[in-house]
Amino acid sequence: MAYDKFNILTSSAVPLPIENVDTDQIIPARFLKATKREGFGDNLFRDWRYNGDGTPKADFVLNNPTYSGKILVGGKNFGSGSSREHAAWAVYDYGFRAVVSSFFADIFKGNCLNIGVLPVQVSPEFSEKIFAAIDADPNTELEINLPEQTITLKTTGEKESFDINGYKKNNMLNGFDDIDYLQSVKEEIVSFADKLPY
Amino acid sequence: MSKTLFDKVWDSHVVRKIEDGPDVFFIDRHFIHEVTSPVAFLGLKSRGVSVLYPERTFATADHNTPTINQHLPVEDALSANQLKALETNATEYGISHWGLGHQKNGIVHVVGPENGITLPGATIVCGDSHTSTHGAFGAIAFGIGTSEVEMVLSTQCIMQPKPKKMRINVNGKLSKGVTPKDVALYIISKLTTSGGTGYFVEYAGNVFEEMTMEGRMTVCNLSIEMGARGGMIAPDQTTFDFLEGRLYAPKGEAWTKAVEYWKTLKTDADATFDAELNFNAEDIEPMITYGTNPGMGIGISKHIPSANEVEGGEETYKKSLAYMGFHEDDVMIGKPIDYVFLGSCTNGRIEDFRAFASIVKGRKKADNVTAWLVPGSHIVEAQIKEEGILDILTEAGFVLRQPGCSACLAMNDDKVPAGKYAVSTSNRNFEGRQGPGSRTLLASPIMAAAAAVTGKLTDPRDLL
Repeated sequence: MAYDKFNILTSSAVPLPIENVDTDQIIPARFLKATKREGFGDNLFRDWRYNGDGTPKADFVLNNPTYSGKILVGGKNFGSGSSREHAAWAVYDYGFRAVVSSFFADIFKGNCLNIGVLPVQVSPEFSEKIFAAIDADPNTELEINLPEQTITLKTTGEKESFDINGYKKNNMLNGFDDIDYLQSVKEEIVSFADKLPY
Repeated sequence: MSKTLFDKVWDSHVVRKIEDGPDVFFIDRHFIHEVTSPVAFLGLKSRGVSVLYPERTFATADHNTPTINQHLPVEDALSANQLKALETNATEYGISHWGLGHQKNGIVHVVGPENGITLPGATIVCGDSHTSTHGAFGAIAFGIGTSEVEMVLSTQCIMQPKPKKMRINVNGKLSKGVTPKDVALYIISKLTTSGGTGYFVEYAGNVFEEMTMEGRMTVCNLSIEMGARGGMIAPDQTTFDFLEGRLYAPKGEAWTKAVEYWKTLKTDADATFDAELNFNAEDIEPMITYGTNPGMGIGISKHIPSANEVEGGEETYKKSLAYMGFHEDDVMIGKPIDYVFLGSCTNGRIEDFRAFASIVKGRKKADNVTAWLVPGSHIVEAQIKEEGILDILTEAGFVLRQPGCSACLAMNDDKVPAGKYAVSTSNRNFEGRQGPGSRTLLASPIMAAAAAVTGKLTDPRDLL
């Protein structure tokens, strides 16, 4: 199931300067009951975004029209907790194509890469600069350049490079996924399995 | 070349290495449940591929299941639909299915080990982060996303870069009233919820060697809460004794051969780790969490730290305490509580019920406490009855529910109301984890029992 190709993304960003944002906040468990991958964006950050009666919480960033864009900038240790891919689906379905943080939880990061959302890990200093820049001007744009593996604050031109392994980078650039690859080496897998003890 | 336990199991499952990329990693055993598998099956259909090795995947329903009246139709339509989808998919692809009502049904991380599906040296995955539990047997076991569930179904492999290696040694003598849960919560409080990220942990030292399999499962289960993908413990006689005779465990000559192999599964004396940490058993006391992540834990006799004593930003810390309705420097002992939850893949095994019963025996449930006692499986439930534990619980005013994940993540009706405090033997105290607005205090089964009979946070050592 190929996904959107990712090359260069230039967009304003939505700031969420909270640490340890866990996947139960990104998508609470009670919204995991679907059997299809649709509509998860409606419940992204559900309990931070809405009151119990469904009315929006005015002080939450997604309800503030000042901030918008295809990039979500989170605090340190973003995506900790559960392995639910629904968290990455919710981020994608809401319209984000990249998440920026100074530190990502492992499974969330992998899930993002598997569905075509780019996790961009920056230094704590650069993360602070991004938050400060958006604070000063909510229309601040970021440029995420996957071929060059750089993220740039457009207002000041400050730039930092980020890591991604060559295989995943190629997948993201071309919209390939792991299952396509695994299918292509299936014979090798079968002969490997034949030699295992169990 | 010297290898760690982790290296030995990992390296023997690499089908191929990709330059500047992940390994194609073979999975021996795959567990699925109703929440994270439906979309993976849809993926198979849209690609027109089948399940490569249906006999390597095991389905059980747990996340959504009600814990009372399991013989009746599931009332929540969405939950019922997910449970039905699991059954339909399992049947269509020839996968073993222990659905609601099946005598083998229970929480995936409880039923796998108790039926001998979990074996030393195996690679095990499930679309659930607490798959790390199975590492207690010397398996490499970790949680995966739904895309990866589809990969395993279709090719029995995932694409995974090899994690770094960490060894956590705990040596010494645990004090009375200090349980495996406390050991794990103590380690997480030292490492924080991100301290293990990027690593796979091996637990070593006499404290783990002397633990029962149930205790080891509790510890490995919580590995993910320090950010580690998983944790494992070298298999030994305790492991073999637990597994022998279980449904899927090898039998006869195959058993002898397997044990011979399993005995080689230990870290070589001169093997090295990317990180190594040492803790003293004597420093650990019964633990309780006070905040909104499992790293925010302290000894029950301690005060809540002030913002400047903890790592991380002050704003996040204060937000967390405000959610909990707590303040810096608060004393934990004596805080009133409303709910007690005994259960989950962390502490829903027979030993946990024995421990809980040992405290409540001859005492009464406090009137202000609602208690949910949820066994991890039907096998655990049966054992609770056989051992006379049910009688003790009933005498003390408790009711035993039916197996499932229950209030650990509150996908079913077992939800803690907003603003209420729950002492919970589960694994996560995130905001709203046990129901919107719920406030969770993670603790061991005996701490939960002490709270259940006193109606407030109580040092369980006072009731031993």
